[in-house]
Amino acid sequence: MSAAAIAELEATPRTREAVDAWMGRHKFPVVVGPSITFVWRGDAEAVHLKHWVFGLPSSQSLARVDGTDVWHLTMQLPPGSRVEYKLEVVRHGKGEWIQDPLNGALARDPFGANSVAHGTGYEVPGWIHHDRAAPPGRLDEIFLDSKTFGRRSFGLYVPARFKRSRRYPLLVVHDGHDYLRYASMGTVLDNLIDRLEVADAIVVFTSSPDRLREYADDERHARYVTEDLVPFVERTFPLEAVPQSRCLMGASFGAVAALSTACRYPGFYGRLLLQSGSFAFTDIGDRNHRGPLFDPVVAFMNRFRAEPTAVSERVFVSCGMYESLIYENRSLVPMLLGTGMDVRYVEARDGHNWENWRDRLRDALSWLLPGPFLLVYE
Amino acid sequence: MAAEVIVLGSQHATPDVGAVVRERGLRGPIAIVRAGYQEREADDGPLVAALGVPAINLALHARASAVFADDPSFTTAYRDRQALLRHMQSCYRVRLEKTEDAARTIALRYFEPELLEGEDAVSVEQFRQLDANHVIRCEQVRTAFAALWHPTDRPTVARHRAELAALLAPVEAVVIAGGHVASLHNRLELFDLLGLAAGKPIIAWGAGAMVLTDRIVLYHDYPPYGSDVAQVLDSGFGVAPGVVVMPDPSRRLNPDTGPAIARFARRMAPAVCVGMDLGARLDFVDGALVAGRGRHLRPDGGIDAAWSGRPDDPAVRALADSLDEVTP
Repeated sequence: MSAAAIAELEATPRTREAVDAWMGRHKFPVVVGPSITFVWRGDAEAVHLKHWVFGLPSSQSLARVDGTDVWHLTMQLPPGSRVEYKLEVVRHGKGEWIQDPLNGALARDPFGANSVAHGTGYEVPGWIHHDRAAPPGRLDEIFLDSKTFGRRSFGLYVPARFKRSRRYPLLVVHDGHDYLRYASMGTVLDNLIDRLEVADAIVVFTSSPDRLREYADDERHARYVTEDLVPFVERTFPLEAVPQSRCLMGASFGAVAALSTACRYPGFYGRLLLQSGSFAFTDIGDRNHRGPLFDPVVAFMNRFRAEPTAVSERVFVSCGMYESLIYENRSLVPMLLGTGMDVRYVEARDGHNWENWRDRLRDALSWLLPGPFLLVYE
Repeated sequence: MAAEVIVLGSQHATPDVGAVVRERGLRGPIAIVRAGYQEREADDGPLVAALGVPAINLALHARASAVFADDPSFTTAYRDRQALLRHMQSCYRVRLEKTEDAARTIALRYFEPELLEGEDAVSVEQFRQLDANHVIRCEQVRTAFAALWHPTDRPTVARHRAELAALLAPVEAVVIAGGHVASLHNRLELFDLLGLAAGKPIIAWGAGAMVLTDRIVLYHDYPPYGSDVAQVLDSGFGVAPGVVVMPDPSRRLNPDTGPAIARFARRMAPAVCVGMDLGARLDFVDGALVAGRGRHLRPDGGIDAAWSGRPDDPAVRALADSLDEVTP
């Protein structure tokens, strides 16, 4: 059917007015059933689709409809998929990566923003949007003079219904400020807590100035989180201060940091959320194809995989099917299960990006730190 | 024991409790319990308006908070008890999940139907054993706590109980609303409110109805994390015996899972499982179900929307007779 849209264009007179009218009749990219058609309009020597779907060629050419300035590419996109992409427009021999001007859907990340294509059936979760009925928690930036790293700051989320007389679980989020900026995590917490799906919780959003080093199984990071940060928050707020009420989470290298911190302090963190973990390993040798930045991760994962041990109670693992890390994450799950830990694993038709991690937060947090939804009967 | 207990379906935007008050000829005052709403306990305007008669909010949640603030040693022990119960609940839940997994795996075996039927009966029996054992252990924890701390004799609790007794003296009935079922159960227990209100008619719904039954059963077929297995929270006060009250089935119950419904109904037997949306009702007199309407979850996996609530329902009797008493 999306190819039908192109056939429809090809059947029209090749005039500017006819093309304008055709474009006015469609929403781009054109998604019908399992196929998607990307369209760009303008003068160029070539146009390429650049995407981050592992398993497909990362660059695919759009074809020009003869006699027009319309370029198109149709590909199969399984239902429920969500794909981030850019278009490379080549002029005078030079390629420029641009967002799709015909598609207003954007996903931001620390490197800018990508266009987003939603396959049939994918819906942006309702709980990521600001809900006026959900009272907002309070978010402050706190400074901590730590023994490990000296002065560091972190974001601190206190739920709207906070009361000193109650005791709360603690959630520590690696790359926390990015989770706030790119995964709407403040709003998500407000909504899920208000819906009783996630427990009222104190949430620490921690970030590192040198994450590729500190998150890669760095003993100092584990010590900072466990011996500086958590005790500080537990002294300051009425927290449960038991393993079942301490949750560590992170994505990509942040997931490595969460798992390695839990391994260095087994039994301290009773809940782990590992999203698209960069769990690189080798079956032989000690160098992974991903490069030297991963060397400490490979060493850590090889040790863990050689002797998987229960370091927590509950572990939620998620990964996108369109990530190169899907293999590492899939193969980790049976190892975690084999330790006796309670493990849930969720895959999504998405890539290594913040909105994938955002979309899994409800599944994960409602299971790791459940709110009272199961106990409330009106 | 309350002479008369009326259990209603979930009361959302259009409550029908006022109609029941008028039907029973109650003119007030009526005592209301909204402890399940915790900090929002005092927001009783819509409920009072729905009742249509003078009402007195017993403020059990606020009273419990005052007790916890005034009596630190008792509070510490109370919190420890609650933590113990939560831990026991989590272990029980793990066992339920594993039993559910085993039941599903076995159900897929390529065996003769008769053998599968027998294996399914074993699965149901395992659930029943787990449930019974969990309830007994919860009761043991509560009994041991009561024996050690004598909650109703604590000075602050005793003072509030005296106030509650005075408030209850002139009321015609007690209305127990829904909310957080564990919080409500604990506060009713702390002040022994049903003891104080003995002989008064009770009208309840949602969590308020669940705590009046023999066992408080938590269920949700659509949890945010995908799937869950129903679990017993604790024993209830038993003034509405023989039923499992399942509030809000239109939102919580998946009616298309016949085998799961069948297993659940048999697991809970001889108690009758009743889904209670707005308009449902169960009437108990002197501890016996005398009339009712609701969505009956049948042991054959069906749902009877026109269930009459007759206590002598032959299907229920036959099932009850076929199941041995569970003695873990």
